[in-house]
Amino acid sequence: MKKLLILGAGTAGTMMANKLSRNLNKSLWEITIIDKDENHFYQPGFLFIPFGIYQPEEVVRPKREFLPKGVNFIVQNIEKIEPENNRVLLTNGKIVGYDILVVATGTVPVPEETEGLKGKLWYKDIFDFYTYEGSTRLAKKLNKWEGGKLVINLAETLIKCPVAPLEFAFLADAYFTEKGIRDKVEIFYVTPLSGAFTKPKATAMLSKLLDEKKINVVPDFYLQQVDNDRKVLISYDNKEVPFDLLVSVPVNKGDDMVEASNLGDEDGLNFIPTDKHTLQSKKHENMFVIGDATNVPASKAGSVAHFEAEILTENILSYIINEPMAASFDGHSNCFIETGYGKATLIDFNYETEPLPGKFPFAKVGPMDLLKVTRANHYGKLAFKWVYWHMLLTGKKLPVSTNMSMAGKLVETN
Amino acid sequence: METLTYNGTQIEVNTEGYLKDMNQWTPELARTMASQEGIDLTEKHFDVLNWLRTKQAEGTALSIRKIGNSGLVDIKQFYALFPGGPLKISSKIAGIPKPASCI
Repeated sequence: MKKLLILGAGTAGTMMANKLSRNLNKSLWEITIIDKDENHFYQPGFLFIPFGIYQPEEVVRPKREFLPKGVNFIVQNIEKIEPENNRVLLTNGKIVGYDILVVATGTVPVPEETEGLKGKLWYKDIFDFYTYEGSTRLAKKLNKWEGGKLVINLAETLIKCPVAPLEFAFLADAYFTEKGIRDKVEIFYVTPLSGAFTKPKATAMLSKLLDEKKINVVPDFYLQQVDNDRKVLISYDNKEVPFDLLVSVPVNKGDDMVEASNLGDEDGLNFIPTDKHTLQSKKHENMFVIGDATNVPASKAGSVAHFEAEILTENILSYIINEPMAASFDGHSNCFIETGYGKATLIDFNYETEPLPGKFPFAKVGPMDLLKVTRANHYGKLAFKWVYWHMLLTGKKLPVSTNMSMAGKLVETN
Repeated sequence: METLTYNGTQIEVNTEGYLKDMNQWTPELARTMASQEGIDLTEKHFDVLNWLRTKQAEGTALSIRKIGNSGLVDIKQFYALFPGGPLKISSKIAGIPKPASCI
């Protein structure tokens, strides 16, 4: 029996287990998937928990429910990969060999990377919301918070789901308005980028949202440290932003196992050098990387993992029979952006094409609008939770093309 | 479409002044663009600019952190060389696209 091993049973790893189990000959291939955790989290739901829109229990299910029959599931921490020996060491001392390896170990926020971020104010006046614990604790904090300076800060440019902090700002505006204390809350969006929006079309169509919602943007602010005593953020060029409540998106890193295996790229953030079209590791030909674990210049988002899974399944099947890997990932990403009050906008783009206005997924009829704030987009986002649990994880076909389509998009000709 | 004329050569730039084709870049053009930002380019500046161009050509996503890990300059020094928004300013002078998020 040949062995296909998947590391990580999150969104990307679970989809790969389902797709490969359907496509590989079971009399020739044994599939194993390893994860440290029994629980699967619906990560897009973390955004809604602080505002009481979702309850914590809605976003957790056992991973086993979504893994196909016949796939071995090992719950254990991974120590490191030894690519030269085609094997993986687990922290309990067990060794698992492979013929083909799929790395899908994702990314996690690491507040310890920034001086003072995880200090004495952590989970008192400083919170993250990209984790189950952070979002549930923040829900309790917001519930009793009486106002002041709310600062949303991105500690690094390379973060998972780059639109989520912006959605948080929009939802916070709506939340405090509905609570009747919006006049007591100042919202600051503090980013290392040159603005909350940086692409020309998105900037033109969406930047007025920030003015309307009275969200103050502090651009070009690269966080060096958090002073807990004075409650200020300090940048590398000594600018300061005071806060009463800090909602932080800490530095995101790939799994520690990547560092232990010496597989990360030069950022030092444990993301693995990966061919951006084939999704093969740049160093080891029988190693493939998918989802947040790669260093490809696409968003770290579930939709990207989904499109990558379609491509990677084809390429692994080609690789097995020594054929050229013909499927090519184009960087396709598709993200709903909640804007508050039951409305949302939607973006669809890839490596080459910036988010453009138009209709999605079908030209003319939509029903969703790109770069416009509509109710239909919001219902699309809510419906996605059902799609995620019932179709996406188990690798069923969705009515959205794998490579980005220009159908429905409006393009200006110069 | 906007153009910048340098030494009689027409160079295409976007509305924010970033070169559309990084191959039209020359060190002399960099000096001119830098002086518009109030920066007098030294050898250290050029080390950073050349490093950025090499990484861009390799298709690497650029970040301040990556430059801090490059061994050329640390993050404080990078800010000292290109004050304000060091990555966006150095990218412009290096003739490569503006660093951007997905929207």
